[in-house]
Amino acid sequence: MLRRLYHEQPESFAFTPANQEWAEAQIRKYPEGRQASAVIPLLWRAQEQEGWLSKPAIEGVAEMLDLAYIRVLEVATFYFMFQLQPVGSVAHIQVCGTTSCMICGAEDLMAVCKDKIAPEAHQLSGDGKFSWEEVECLGSCSNAPMAQIGKDYYEDLTTESFGKILDDLAAGNVPVPGPQNGRYASEPKDNLTSLTEYEKDKMPDNASVALAKEIGDTIKRIDGTEVPLVTPWIKAETDPDAAPTPDPVPTSGPVPADHARPEEPVPTEDAPVSDEAANEPDGANEMPEDLPDDVPGDLPTEPESGDAKDEDLLAGIDESEPQTLSAPRDGAEPDDLKLINGVGPKLEEMLNELGFYHFDQIAAWSMNEIAWVDNRLKFKGRILRDDWVAQAEALAADKNGA
Amino acid sequence: MLKDQDRIFTNLYGMHDRSLNGAKKRGHWDNTAGLIADGRDNIIQKMKDSGLRGRGGAGFPTGLKWSFMPKESDGRPAYLVINADESEPATCKDREIMRHDPHTLIEGALIASFAMNAHASYIYIRGEYIREREALQAAIDECYEAGMLGANAAGSGWDFDLYLTHGAGAYICGEETALLESLEGRKGMPRMKPPFPAGAGLYGCPTTVNNVESIAVVPTILRRGPDWFSSFGRPNNAGTKLFAITGHVNTPCVFEEEMSMSVRELIEKHGGGVRGGWDNLKALIPGGASCPVLRADQLDDAIMDFDWMRENKSSFGTGCMIVMDQSTDIIKAVWRLSKFFKHESCGQCTPCREGTGWMMRVMERLVTGNASVEEIDMLFDVTKQVEGHTICALGDAAAWPIQGLIRNFRDEIEERIKGQAIAAE
Repeated sequence: MLRRLYHEQPESFAFTPANQEWAEAQIRKYPEGRQASAVIPLLWRAQEQEGWLSKPAIEGVAEMLDLAYIRVLEVATFYFMFQLQPVGSVAHIQVCGTTSCMICGAEDLMAVCKDKIAPEAHQLSGDGKFSWEEVECLGSCSNAPMAQIGKDYYEDLTTESFGKILDDLAAGNVPVPGPQNGRYASEPKDNLTSLTEYEKDKMPDNASVALAKEIGDTIKRIDGTEVPLVTPWIKAETDPDAAPTPDPVPTSGPVPADHARPEEPVPTEDAPVSDEAANEPDGANEMPEDLPDDVPGDLPTEPESGDAKDEDLLAGIDESEPQTLSAPRDGAEPDDLKLINGVGPKLEEMLNELGFYHFDQIAAWSMNEIAWVDNRLKFKGRILRDDWVAQAEALAADKNGA
Repeated sequence: MLKDQDRIFTNLYGMHDRSLNGAKKRGHWDNTAGLIADGRDNIIQKMKDSGLRGRGGAGFPTGLKWSFMPKESDGRPAYLVINADESEPATCKDREIMRHDPHTLIEGALIASFAMNAHASYIYIRGEYIREREALQAAIDECYEAGMLGANAAGSGWDFDLYLTHGAGAYICGEETALLESLEGRKGMPRMKPPFPAGAGLYGCPTTVNNVESIAVVPTILRRGPDWFSSFGRPNNAGTKLFAITGHVNTPCVFEEEMSMSVRELIEKHGGGVRGGWDNLKALIPGGASCPVLRADQLDDAIMDFDWMRENKSSFGTGCMIVMDQSTDIIKAVWRLSKFFKHESCGQCTPCREGTGWMMRVMERLVTGNASVEEIDMLFDVTKQVEGHTICALGDAAAWPIQGLIRNFRDEIEERIKGQAIAAE
């Protein structure tokens, strides 16, 4: 399906401060040099914040992840949850239309959408508040028919209950999500056939409904302040003493950023079709795979790379905060930190944000201060690997001489 | 019928306490360190002995799959990736694990990762499951807080990090190599195999991809013993399993049951019977969209397991069935699946990219009867040209429902074409 960016684009995009913090934390779920893995969560948060995905948002995410714009654009256009055009200001309604829901009345629900919102999918309603579309299976099939509105599933719908939900939303209310026919979750309605002992003392709502009520963000534009940011994976990474790893394999399994390994093989369209992969008789979502008798382990063994060792060098060293500046010194232009081998535009920006604008600042770092800076950079181990301090010293001397 | 004390997912409907404490009360996280102390080889052997077959649809023996992981690290880390991209139409079982019984999955992830020499595991959940993601993340956070994850996880001496990440609405990412592509931040286009993920998967490192349910049943199997698990179901179809019944039954639902029960008993016991009675049944798709449809007269003695479904030219798939009564337009129901596959084809292989659209358009005409009888054979022929000629199994999955329809409901298709022809005269 052809999906293109919208013809009218906003001037700019920026994450809210809390979303920015959230996004930076997500990037750290992945090993060094694998920031690209965070592209879907970041694009999704951008959409949650704005309602749809604009070109500046895609560019912003590309910049955050040090990816080429086209890499992020192709992700944005490939995945159907990304809305590439404006959606209703109150809510975008997604009605599941795949077979289980279809035979339970999804087409009638879409007729309600056509009647109440707009005759065509992705069209804004007259007042701009709503839009709708038919989506493929949402995985709530025993609660068919159903629709997703904002973050929540409204299940076991009828045209009446669905119409009422849309009316409620238009009136500024947020109806309680979950099954609309009095069911608790996905149990057989009114006839519990298993796990009966918990029925009597059950909590008021199933997990999804409870979260929706607790956070109250069903159709909210997410700004990151809805729930506190919890990042157990970061605590585990920055506190090496608390996590002694007996095994030579790093805890978070990072593949060091500048590993000499070529990219892993990616299938190309002109590659020959594997007969093996094709003859599997049996399969569904987790599609059939053929495992050979002996799994090839033919990738070359990688020697430990240098930057991993550099990280180790910093492992036991206490941080101490170096002197920083809030802006370049009076009357002076900031030095071009990119002249340091190993510093690109992205790192220069990060260094500036931390408060470093001049070569002599970097030249003066002690080991403890290097540890402080290193812990705040995305690309760990670079300072020692490329010996920024010596480089900066030479550059500072050059500058003074000039 | 399975007794409650033999159920693994004792909080499937979320009625009991969903927190870590509640899970412990139900027997989860009990002596996890002891299970791990049993050692890698013993754990894998027990999983093999239990007869557990992958719960994501393909049914590959789980223990065997684990044994493909390298025994010794060559310097690269190993990963367990948990496939929570539950997108197969009619499949809605993993959702209940993740939002209502998440600790089964987290404990299973720890044990399975240990067995595969992995210190890190990623759960890739479908993007639409937003509340499920929040519920699962809350459970993960709780486990970190309590020391069940992180350094020396659950006192086992094994350092283990569990990360939750998500997709954005692409069915193809349920295919394991597409999932890995997506997890690496690219379009979800399946990779050629070999190399298999156990040799070079996530970030080029040894990786095993398992379905949520396959991992979530692991702790209970180890705790109660492989013999207990394999005592359910026929040989080669062992265990208990989450099923779902969707469509035209009185009480559609998700439930845990033993394998190899009769389809009719499942529908009547849990689904409250077919709407209008068993005789009103027209057809059944047993395990998700890619499984060929079966006729009612085949279903009187049907057994819900891998072998029976295979012998009867269908597939057990995920065990989540679509029940259709006499009021159903079966041609349209299958056309809708064709539309689904056309929508979800990633576009990488020509037979699938072009074929799914072509098949959908012919199906569209079969729905209205605006076709000629010869086109039925032509359509069947085209499905055979798509099947087996693509990198991943999506092409096959798109072909099978149509083949099942033509095999079992050819008379109805022909009747409609003739009726249309007469009406046109």
